[in-house]
Amino acid sequence: MTSLGLDVLFKGINMQRLLAGLWVSLRISLIAIAISIFLGLVVGWLMTRKNIVIKAITRVYLEIVRIMPQMVLLFIVFFGTTRLFGWNIDAEVSSVIVFSFWGVAEMSDLVRSSLISIPKHQYESAYALGMSEVQTYLSVIIPQTFRRLVPLAINLITRMIKTTSLVMMIGVVEVLKVGQQIIEANRKSSPNAAFGVYLTVFILYFIVCWPISMFSKKLEKKWS
Amino acid sequence: MSEVLIKIDNILKKYDDNVVLDGLSLDIHEGEVVVVVGPSGCGKSTLLRCINALEPIQGGMITFRGEKIDGRSKTITALRQKIGMVFQSYELFPHKTILDNIILAPMKVQKRSRADARKEAEELLDRVGLLDKKDSFPRQLSGGQKQRVAIVRALCMHPDVLLFDEVTAALDPEMVREVLDVILSLAKQWKTMVIVTHEMSFARAVADRIIFIDQGKIVEEGTPSEFFDHPKTERAQAFLQTFTFDKVEKEA
Repeated sequence: MTSLGLDVLFKGINMQRLLAGLWVSLRISLIAIAISIFLGLVVGWLMTRKNIVIKAITRVYLEIVRIMPQMVLLFIVFFGTTRLFGWNIDAEVSSVIVFSFWGVAEMSDLVRSSLISIPKHQYESAYALGMSEVQTYLSVIIPQTFRRLVPLAINLITRMIKTTSLVMMIGVVEVLKVGQQIIEANRKSSPNAAFGVYLTVFILYFIVCWPISMFSKKLEKKWS
Repeated sequence: MSEVLIKIDNILKKYDDNVVLDGLSLDIHEGEVVVVVGPSGCGKSTLLRCINALEPIQGGMITFRGEKIDGRSKTITALRQKIGMVFQSYELFPHKTILDNIILAPMKVQKRSRADARKEAEELLDRVGLLDKKDSFPRQLSGGQKQRVAIVRALCMHPDVLLFDEVTAALDPEMVREVLDVILSLAKQWKTMVIVTHEMSFARAVADRIIFIDQGKIVEEGTPSEFFDHPKTERAQAFLQTFTFDKVEKEA
């Protein structure tokens, strides 16, 4: 019977190495996600204001992020800026910068669209009851926005986690890179390792992302 | 005549160059039920929205017990508590139960205790026959039920005047009655109300005074019988004509 190449995982500390790589991926995505959620809420709210300058700036920002492939952004930040500005940021920090840059843009657009989807009359009926602007936001608008936002934000979060597999291109040794290293090192002894290792990487991503989607489904069900 | 509660003095309301209310003046007295009628787009809903400063006005003044109503002033939230409003599309808060919809503002704005607000909300819900719905969500209620809840929500703030903005216009005909009955019972209790409606027979029954607005101006006003039976102006006559139909004479 042909080997599925799972045996390499049990050689030495290969499994621990993969898990350590997964932690690197998660560390980058979790920091970027935290920044994206926080700044995304602020920027998204700003985007609903009627200030033309803010509108123009956020528009350009959003378009840049939409058009630029994440990998190009990674290369610009990691390779491009190093000589230009003479600094030396490490690959993991560059990754966090790029993923936050991307996440804030998408998150703020989600926040904006959720906020403007609340009908004007909801504000008015709260004002008509004598509620102040702050009370209206806290008790009426934000809870409703949040319910619309969560499924969309969770979709973004899982996309961000998955896309961290790109950061190996700038030399971050994350789960996928560790997998490649294991495959390379065992080319002679376990030629089928590629299947087993990539399968494991797939399962690891699944284990991380699936509970997040399930959580979102549960919330949606509770609120619908 | 009783004390003037709301004084609308020569107000001008326009959207850009489009004049909606043009030098309109009107006094609303305590305990009075004023029904505002007119063709659509005549400015009657806008008038209601100006009274509680949901729309800014470009000229003139509205006062409530002598106090100026201004959407930018600090006292506007205190004034709005005294002016209840019910909207055409109910506008209950969809993420809150019926009870929580009603007690939200009494608790947050008037800082009443939950128990106190809840007790009153339940009494009011019972009066409109919806006590069994208190733990439901708005989406589980019919349009007529939602509108009755919206009225209760406004009442629970103990307003001095209630504004009704075409509250039955979005309802199926068989649900109109249940909502109008609630308003009629409020009229019996000497509640001050300003009602915008297209239900002419209801207007006749509930009103102390009918105001007919066209193109942003009061064209005619009077008691229901004066207005409906003997309209003085041609425009009012033409308007009332649109509600009556002649029997079809089939062509030979």
